[in-house]
Order: sequence, then C-alpha cells, then structure tokens
Amino acid sequence: MNKKANAVQLDEVTIRFSGDSGDGMQLTGTLFSNASALFGNDLSTFPDYPAEIRAPQGTVGGVSGFQVKFGHKEVNTPGDYCNILVAMNPAALKANVQWVKNGGTIIFDSNSFEPKNIARAGFKTEDPIKELGIEDFNIIPAPISNLTKEAVVGLGMDNKSILRCKNMFALGIVCYVFNRPLSFTEEYLENKFKKKPDVITANKLVLNAGYNYAETLEALTPTYEVAPAEIKKGKYRNMSGNQATAWGLLAASEKANLPMFIGSYPITPATEVLQELAKRKDLGVKSFQAEDEIAGICTSIGAAFAGNFAVTSTSGPGLALKSEALGLAVMTELPLVIVNVQRGGPSTGLPTKTEQSDLNQALYGRNGESPIPVIAASTPSDCFDYAFAAGKIAVEHMTPIILLTDGFLANGSEPWRIPSMSDYPEIKAPIVKEGTKDWMPYARDEEKMARTWAFPGTPGLEHRIGGLEKDKLKGSVSHDPINHEEMTAIRDEKVKRIANHIPDLEVVGPKEADLLVVGWGGTKGHLHTAVNELLEDGKSVALAHFNYINPLQKNVAEVFARYKKIVVCEINLGQFANYLRMNLQQFQYLQYNKVQGLPFTVIELKDHFNKLLEE
Amino acid sequence: MSENQTKYTAKDFKSDQEVRWCPGCGDHAILNAIQRALPELHYDRERYAFISGIGCSSRFPYYMNTYGFHSIHGRASAIASGTKSANPNLSVWQITGDGDAMAIGGNHFIHAIRRNIDINIILFNNEIYGLTKGQYSPCSKFGSVTKTSPYGTIEHPFRPGELIIGAQGKFFARSYDGNIKLSSDIFVAAAKHDGTSVVEVLQNCVIYNDKTHEEVLGKENRDDRIIILEHGKKMIFGKDGNKGLALDGLKLKVVTIGEEGYTEDDILTHDAEEMNPGLHMMLVNMQYPEYPVAFGIIRRVKAATYDDQMVEQIAAVQATAKIKCVDDLLNSGATWDVE
Repeated sequence: MNKKANAVQLDEVTIRFSGDSGDGMQLTGTLFSNASALFGNDLSTFPDYPAEIRAPQGTVGGVSGFQVKFGHKEVNTPGDYCNILVAMNPAALKANVQWVKNGGTIIFDSNSFEPKNIARAGFKTEDPIKELGIEDFNIIPAPISNLTKEAVVGLGMDNKSILRCKNMFALGIVCYVFNRPLSFTEEYLENKFKKKPDVITANKLVLNAGYNYAETLEALTPTYEVAPAEIKKGKYRNMSGNQATAWGLLAASEKANLPMFIGSYPITPATEVLQELAKRKDLGVKSFQAEDEIAGICTSIGAAFAGNFAVTSTSGPGLALKSEALGLAVMTELPLVIVNVQRGGPSTGLPTKTEQSDLNQALYGRNGESPIPVIAASTPSDCFDYAFAAGKIAVEHMTPIILLTDGFLANGSEPWRIPSMSDYPEIKAPIVKEGTKDWMPYARDEEKMARTWAFPGTPGLEHRIGGLEKDKLKGSVSHDPINHEEMTAIRDEKVKRIANHIPDLEVVGPKEADLLVVGWGGTKGHLHTAVNELLEDGKSVALAHFNYINPLQKNVAEVFARYKKIVVCEINLGQFANYLRMNLQQFQYLQYNKVQGLPFTVIELKDHFNKLLEE
Repeated sequence: MSENQTKYTAKDFKSDQEVRWCPGCGDHAILNAIQRALPELHYDRERYAFISGIGCSSRFPYYMNTYGFHSIHGRASAIASGTKSANPNLSVWQITGDGDAMAIGGNHFIHAIRRNIDINIILFNNEIYGLTKGQYSPCSKFGSVTKTSPYGTIEHPFRPGELIIGAQGKFFARSYDGNIKLSSDIFVAAAKHDGTSVVEVLQNCVIYNDKTHEEVLGKENRDDRIIILEHGKKMIFGKDGNKGLALDGLKLKVVTIGEEGYTEDDILTHDAEEMNPGLHMMLVNMQYPEYPVAFGIIRRVKAATYDDQMVEQIAAVQATAKIKCVDDLLNSGATWDVE
C-alpha cells in the first residue's frame, strides 16, 4: 500500500469512533491509535463509554466512543473537537455530533439509518442530518453493514457473528483515509484469535473490504497524511494510565527490594490496576482479590506489617470505605500506597466519567488528626513516575500515601519512551536488622521522623502495634495526655518533612507574567496546550502544574509571588483552590471549575484565560 | 514449617504488659491455654504473629511476647490474611470475639474460611458485647435482656459452628474457658492443621453476661450436658458413661446403652475427617436440653490452602517466565523504535 501522491499534509487530526457499546469501538480506536503510534505520530486517546456494559441497543445512553488525536507535533490532549466522526448508528451520531468541528467529516453506517433505529435514537423526523442541521458537513453515508455481509459471503457465518466484524470495516475506511498500513491490525487479529482461524479470516476480509471501499469512493479523496512527529529517539510503547500506575508500583517494589502485595477489590475505573498486577506472577506479585474494599486495604496493611511492599487500589466510593483502615495505617506508621482513580461523585455518581473531586476526601477523609501525604499523576504515562514516587515516599518515610489519578488518565493512553530502571533511584526501606540492641518500635530517624520497620520472623524484635495511641518510643499503648499531643505533632511533622525530599515546583512559560494558570493532576495536558497556544499568541501567561499536594513543595509561595493573577483550574468546585487559600493565605485565587464528568477543552480554557488577561 | 529444638515454656510467651481483663474473666484461662500450647509446637518464637480486632478478647496480643497487631473492629481476618500471604512461613493467629467476628467482621471471617488460608482463629464466645458494657451480640440467646434489648432480643442467634461449616470450614473445634487442658490440646491441633482453623471457646463474661453458659457448663450437670468428641471414638457421654448418640432416620438421637434395645454398637463413631459435612453440621448444632453440646474437634478435613497455592502458582509462572525484572516488562509486547 503505497502512499498516495495527492495526499493532503496535516499537522494533527482528531477522530472519534462511536457506536453501540457492543460494537467494538474501544478496540477499533485502540487499534487505529496503535497503528498511528507505530507510524511515528505522537498521540493521545480518550475513551468515553457508558456505565452499562450493554445498554439497550440503538439508544443514546448505550453509545460508546473513543477519541484519538494524533499529530506531527507534540500532542498533549485527545483533542477538544474531532475532524472525523465515525458513527455506527443514529444514536452514535446524535450523542457525538456536538463533538464534531464545524464542517467536519461524518462517516456513518447508512444501513443502520432506517426508521426504527432513527426513532430509537430519539430523532423526531426521519432525516437526522437535516434535523441536526449538519447538511454542510462532509457527510459520507457508507453501507457498512451490507458490505460487511458481502465481504464474508460464503464463510457460512451467522448474522450476529458477521455484524460483529463491522467495526473492522470502519477501521479499514479510516486506515485508507490516513494512509495507515493494515499490517499492524492484521497482525493483531492473528495473535488475538490464534485459536479461531475463522474469526481471523472474516475480520481481515472485512478490514480490507473497508479499505478498498474507501479507495473507490470519490467522496473520500483527497486522503490525508499526518507525518511522523519529531519525537525523542528511543524505544517506545503505548501506555495507558492504569497500566502505567501498576507498572510504576512494580518498579518501586523492585527498587525497594521488597516483594509486592496488592489487596484490592474491583471498581470502575481502577480495576485495571489490580488486573495488571494480577498478571505479574512472573515478577512475584501476590495479588489478593479481597471480599470488599475494607479487606482490600486491611490485607495490604497486614502485608505491610509482615514486610511486603503493600498496595491497594480503588476509586472514590472505595476510598470512603477504606477510611477507617487508613487511620490504622497512620497510627501504625506502616508503608502503604493507596491508588485512588477518581470518578464522578458523590455516591455511585458517574462511574465511567472523570472528575477531581476526591481531593478533600484524600486530604481529610478520616477520623482524628490523621495526616496522609497526597500526590497526583498528570498524564497517562507519568502515572508510572508518580506511582514510583508514591512507593518511594511510603517506604522511606514509613507512611501510607494516597496517589490520585482519574478516569481520564486511567483509560487514556499515549506513546511512552521506555525508560531504563537504572535511571530510577534506589528506595531504602528503614528495616531493622536482626541483633539490633535496645530497639524501640517508635523511635525515629531525626531528619525524616520515620520509625523503623521490624519484620515478623526476625528473632529478638517481637513487638506489638495497633490502633490505640502509641507511646512515642516503645510503641506500647499509651493513654498519657502529653504523649498523645506529642504523637499528634510527630505524625503531622513527619508528613510535612516530606517536602525536603521532593523536587521544586516548575513553571511552563515566563518567570513573571500577568496570569499564572494553576492546575493539578489529570488536567495537565489541556492546561499545558492552552497555555502554550496563548504563549504562541504572545500572551503574558504561565502554567504551574502540581503533582505534590500534601505536603506542598517548598518554593510554591516564591513562585506564586511572581505573577499578577492566579487562576486555579480543576474538575470540581474548587477543592485545591481552597486548600491553597488555607495554606498560602497571602495570595488571591481566581477559579475555573467544570463538573460535567468531562475533561476541560483547550478552547474553553483559552477563552477564559483571555478574558482574565483583558480584565 | 521447620521445627526448633529449643524448648520454650509458657513463661517465654508472656509479655511484660499487665493483663487488664476483669478478675474472673474467662479470657485469663484462654491466655493460659495458649501459652501452654505454644511450647508444644516447637516453632521459633519470632514466627508467631497474633492479630486481633477490637473487643475485650482483642487485647490478647499485648499479653503475648510474640509479634502482634491489635487492629480495628472486625478486620482481623483480613489483616491476618495479608500477613500470612506476605510471609507464609509465619504462624498466624487471629484472636476475636462473637461481636468482632460474627457482626462487624462477618464478611472477612467467612471469606477467610472459604479461602482456607492457613490462619488459626480463636473465637471467644461470651454472647455479649463486653468492652462497650453489655449490649447483645449476634450470638446472644433469643430473648436476651441487655442494655440494647431491654425487652428481650427478637433476633435469632448465630451458631458459629454452623456458619463456619456453611462457609466451607475445614477445621472447627469447640472448647470452654474452664477446661485449659482441652483448649490447649485443641490449639495445638488447630496450629498443626493446614488451612483455616476455627476454635470457638465458650467464655464467661463475669460482668455483663455472667453464667450465660452455666446451664450447660455448670459443674454439677456438665457431664450429662456436654459431649467431648474424639476422632475415631464412640460418641459416648454422661456421668455414668452410658449415654450416646445414634442415628434415628436423618436425625441424631440421644440413647442410653442398655435401654430400648440400644447397644454400644448402635452408637456413632466420630469421624472428624469425613469430607461430607452433614453429620458435622448436626453435631455443631446440638443444643441442650434436646442434646448434649458438642466439644472437641468436630471437623478436620484436608484441602488445598490459599497460601500454598499462591506460592505454587507464582513458582510455576516464574519457572517459564520470560519477564524476570521490570526492565523486561517495560520492553515486552508491542514496542517501536524512533530513530
């Protein structure tokens, strides 16, 4: 498949695949993304799927989408609006048309646009295109269902199995339009369905049929080319946030030279962290699927007591259930990483949608004075680094720590330059050696204020810990009022001292400016892109993006002082803004908030920042 | 577990902490029974971990000169499961009460048993909440008048043995605080059993539920009201050693040898190792006055343990794994080079 001579060169393109939740849109999007990554584009993906596994077919509620932006330049977000929408039925069109750029291309399965489906999608007329007012868009009706059926005539497949292949037809069309070779997808199919040769044959036939159909269709010329991005040399792989989190934890376990234990309970959108680690028996991971969230953290605490690198993973409602045990980990000063993949709340909320509204819960959601360090990852691939950092802090400072990611990071993916573990620092666990004389469980290191860790099984170090207040040296139960006050101060100071061991806050853009954009966690891609674009327009703006929340980095006040206005942007009602107000009262904080279960768009951010700059 | 030749005495397992249970509390006797049992096991002292939840009984770890963890209410089964998984070489004991295990910790308790993880659970059953000063527990007798049931409970109590066997329990034994020898022997057997073992110890709360077990365990009538089962022996009991348990259709029946034509041959022989839980279930459910209450090791059957299988599964995967370290993992699967 040679490159076509008349192809139009583009810097970046955003495509959204959408269909019924059973139509295989997540797979189609992933395969196209992987093919693009392999081709050398930089990219970012965003799956947008319903909470129901199979909502009623053909309804708007059951539409599953997958957006990918790929480019010739650095790509930091999956794109606000798409250039091309692939819609497998009328409901998919209705649910996603709002995300198509004005005048964009819409490819849809014309066979599915029959009266029953149109009505089921909630259209009032029989002409959805007209009803949506998108006649000026580049509308491409393609008989995807029928041509899929024709492609596999003679294979003796039943209708249901045939229609399951139609996502490959759509993928074939898009691969043609963007000059993506089919070989990657064909290889995937061969590996995936090794034991089902019929499935391989059918899917390949349909994939090629889609590609050939596009070639013969004049509506799709010219084709487009997005040249490879100029990215740093090296070996790359695609990385999703949850996978990166799991692998970063593995890296920390290896560097700490401690076996890994994960006690966890499945919960959207955090489940893949447990799944990824359950696969890693080869690396000795003990994965324990607990009977509930509470047992998830409690088994991990038990494992930390016994000397393992202990981890538990969850999402907001699960963190709520774990609160009491978090307090136990604080009191017993055992190292433990708690991963919270945030989703829309409160209660069950929006399980499959993203939000940053668990910050308060992470910071304060426990009884008593119960300080816990909190850090947040900011891109799908840097989940690896912050999971590693969480592990390092937990072990070296002998504390539970909460790592916040979110649904957007967890399910999103991007190419990642594979690092070498030799680039990562050692993690030094304060383990007590056998034969240590006069050891006391709660005596601590003067600088970090971390206590030491004696593993059951070590002769001579038998001791008891627990949830009752501890004597500040012996660790035995103490109800002494002064001791309690001292211990409360020690636990507080111990977390504060972590600030001596984390890198300074960095700023993107000029050292001084009219506006400092402040964000934390998963919004980095959007904030970064918006600020970069404003900088290109010559605006006086900079970005300070936070990964370390508690404690804050030591130079934050010094950074904030250099800017005239500060706007704190988050996917909640202002939890971080309030946290800053409490900790750094000398500054005024403007806010930009959105709570729709969706990431920011670069456009809305730029509009808002421009307004602030004009005021 | 490897055995150590060094002999310990009960004293070696006493910690320097002052024991703070009420005078006359049944817990003292259970502590003594444990401290008598451990030297018989010959394990190195550092390999013991005693893990508890919350309640009077849960103070137990402080009194043991071993590794110990006094955790939070109801969660000891989960914490103990994590400890055992993290280091399967440890001898892990969970100390719990009828409130801690049967109420707030019910979920963790049944799932630990279902997994058959090799921990030894000692369930102190005094049929009351003692530490919070006298509220009814899930094991309080129907109609019990307590501070939270001033007109009597209207709840049907759990019989722990029934719940444990229902949760696929492989080892269940029952003892009572006053019988240190029986308790101690059972604890040794529980420790030697591979898999979750649960020992229910009927225990007297002298303050809030005094004499709750007296009807059965009172000295005068005890021999006629309890039966101590031994594997391979006839189910015979009574002051005169002439009563026994026989099958009457699908039910158990108390018979007197030499009456109604019953001979010793009609008396059942206790088989604790029978996989089928039917008869064990009938034995754990026996209640006075219709039946004697059963003590001893009622069920002890073999099955694969969670911790052994976990270790074996990891070893099996590692034997043929291509990924040996995180660098291997990062470079595995679909990757591409940018020149």
